[in-house]
Amino acid sequence: MMKTDFRREPLYIAILAGLLILGFFLPSWLRFLLQTAMAGGLVAVGVSLQMRAGLVNFGQGLYYALGGYAVGMLAAQAGITDIFLLLIAAVVVSTVAGVILGLLLSRYREIFYAMLSLAVSMILYGLLVKAAWLGSTDGFNIPSLSYLGWTPSRAVRPDVYYITTAILTVLACLATARYLTSGAGMLCEAVAENEIRLEYLGANPRKVAFIVIVVAAALSGLGGGLLAMSTGHVDPLMTNWTTSGGFVFVALLAGRGSTIAPMIGFFLLELVRNYALDLAPNAWQMILGAVMLMVILLLPEGLWSLVERRRKA
Amino acid sequence: MSDPILVTENLEKRFGGVVAASEISLSLYPGETVAVIGSNGAGKTTFVNMVTGYLKPSSGTIRFRGRDITGSSPRKTAQAGIRRSFQISQIFPQLTALENMMMAEIAAADGKGGLRATALTDTRMKTGRAVLDRFGLSQHADARVGTLPQGVKKQLDIAMAAIDDPALILLDEPTSGVSVDEKIEMMERVIEPLKADDATLLFIEHDMDIVTRFAERTVAFYEGKILSDGPTAEVLADTEVRRYVIGGVHA
Repeated sequence: MMKTDFRREPLYIAILAGLLILGFFLPSWLRFLLQTAMAGGLVAVGVSLQMRAGLVNFGQGLYYALGGYAVGMLAAQAGITDIFLLLIAAVVVSTVAGVILGLLLSRYREIFYAMLSLAVSMILYGLLVKAAWLGSTDGFNIPSLSYLGWTPSRAVRPDVYYITTAILTVLACLATARYLTSGAGMLCEAVAENEIRLEYLGANPRKVAFIVIVVAAALSGLGGGLLAMSTGHVDPLMTNWTTSGGFVFVALLAGRGSTIAPMIGFFLLELVRNYALDLAPNAWQMILGAVMLMVILLLPEGLWSLVERRRKA
Repeated sequence: MSDPILVTENLEKRFGGVVAASEISLSLYPGETVAVIGSNGAGKTTFVNMVTGYLKPSSGTIRFRGRDITGSSPRKTAQAGIRRSFQISQIFPQLTALENMMMAEIAAADGKGGLRATALTDTRMKTGRAVLDRFGLSQHADARVGTLPQGVKKQLDIAMAAIDDPALILLDEPTSGVSVDEKIEMMERVIEPLKADDATLLFIEHDMDIVTRFAERTVAFYEGKILSDGPTAEVLADTEVRRYVIGGVHA
């Protein structure tokens, strides 16, 4: 079983695309859940990419919030409402942040990387909470957006948002799969396992770490932008450590075998959370906790190990 | 004789007041197989660490193929064509043997970790398998290497160093951790494929049988200096070498 073999990824992404097409016909509340799960799932993909290189990012919410706020601020304050421009801006802003932080953080590993990334994300949280002009802890609402000059009516808006999210998610997964099969993507596992050896083979572990940080930042920025578009609202919680911790958890829960695993994992977790809340409004965390515990105990390699086990059999 | 591939002049390494190596002037010629002997602390590994860039020499110069590489990083020396294996095998334990070989190839091909080309190609997998085959490791190709026996791990470590046809390969105690009965066989398994590539080999070794058998030339280190350097038979017969390096057993 090769850990670095992602040649089946196009097949898995095709399956995801199929599921998302079926998802279009789900009841609207469930479809919306799926839509936000895609946005969050992209961030979880970013976290799980970094985990391959041995980097656990406890502050990935930083890029999520940057993407979300980029869309929100440009739409609400600068009056730009074209969704494509806004999403491009979200990706650019988070990528630039990823490059700057990557230059600093690619030196660090293990707990130092985790704590530094957490610290930086909480600095942004602190700034956003203090910014009264951005609504402080409440955040702010985003006006309705347009598509190359066309502003969809209220009736079709959910459909349009869902389709946009689904298409961009599939494209992002394809791009990630491409990255995973590149040299920089494959060497991540080697960075996690033995950097010294890698240096003596002529590779640069810092560069490999830098690239994965930037790729993860771009994905997370897109996720944040899509969430802002979907919910029409952004707030500082996007970069709080609880949100970032959630992404780490999804990444662990889902497993690292495929880009689509965090997507599905995020959706299932949201589903469980929803039903738990419905079933036991005062004790839903207990149900969620029990489910998480069971997954960890029974599937220590994550949900995706079910698929891998089938492949082996 | 052709031009030397590696020349060190008056290499010295100090750690504070401790002199780990000094006055190391050595030339290696293309295609040679050289053994380095010496007791613990004689400066053998310090020498290898300086040549590969892990340690920066306190003074002296290292020239590889005529280029000054003194103080270059391990990455730079690796890219220049110097590879090494380790006394304690340095491998990627959670990956399969084939993946280990491919990591070595990818690292060699685009040292910077390129984003453009697809890394996991059929050609690359084929090359990886071919190298494993040459080193007699093909039956382990799909096994996670962390669980393999120590001797196999060391062979894999050496096979990884051989990827990309480096001009100079430094083996730090290739047979340490391998049982006495298996040492000769293990050396045969790794030396043959390496010789087939015309690489210049330098290996650190404590077992004089292996030195006699596999090295044409031997360099004896003692207290950070070169005590004797020449054809293996002459060096091993040298009285000083017998007294200080080989010790009572062989004397």
